[in-house]
Amino acid sequence: MFSHPNFQRKGDQVRLRLDVHERLLLTELLDELERLLDDPDDPELRRLFPPAYSDRFDDEQYRSLVRDQLVSGRAKALATVRETLAAETLDLEQADQWLRALNDMRLVLGTRWDVTEQLDFARLDPSDARGRELAIYGYLSWLQEQLVEALQSASGR
Amino acid sequence: MSTLVAPAEIEVEQPLSEEDFEYDRPWVVIVWNDPINLMSYVTLVLQKLFGYSLAKATKLMLQVHNEGKAVVSSGNREKSELDVARLHAHGLWATMQQD
Repeated sequence: MFSHPNFQRKGDQVRLRLDVHERLLLTELLDELERLLDDPDDPELRRLFPPAYSDRFDDEQYRSLVRDQLVSGRAKALATVRETLAAETLDLEQADQWLRALNDMRLVLGTRWDVTEQLDFARLDPSDARGRELAIYGYLSWLQEQLVEALQSASGR
Repeated sequence: MSTLVAPAEIEVEQPLSEEDFEYDRPWVVIVWNDPINLMSYVTLVLQKLFGYSLAKATKLMLQVHNEGKAVVSSGNREKSELDVARLHAHGLWATMQQD
């Protein structure tokens, strides 16, 4: 397992390699997040729509101004990932959308299970829901880290 | 452009009111530490959104990580609101306040 990188920079493109299980898992996560986005007030999404102001009135004004845009931006990122799940390469714009979608998935799972920086993956129990979802969280973190690294390697040789 | 000679009358400037002063005080955008966002991702987002060098973005990210928060940009209210919204679109925990 994990013998090949999932993301590799090649010039202005990122090479993408996911096996069928990874694609299935990501599809499930996309389905779930898309469903959740139907109700942006869902407390599970609070980290996706944090407050901008400490003042409640200012913050409500801010929310009414930007919320639709934040929702549609997130939906677009999810749609891009869905469309390119089986692609061999991503352009940099698509890679950016991937990065944001992976991060949103992690934010939702991390909020749901109240992740801390000291999370010990070795001690997770995969037989319960928490253990399973935190293992997925760990996998998503690893995917995202690879993609950041691929995007930071400018020349991609 | 007009070259008319202006009448020799000096407009008296109104002193700034307390409100003008409040409005003009710059706003700062703060990114707060959170246990979910990857350090490498936060660095990349700061580079992308603000055009910061890798060194500057890394320094700010480490400040967020070690001290709990960092000011990542400042300006008038409109610009700061836009910066916060862009950070929120990328999943960072950002707020704004007057300096």
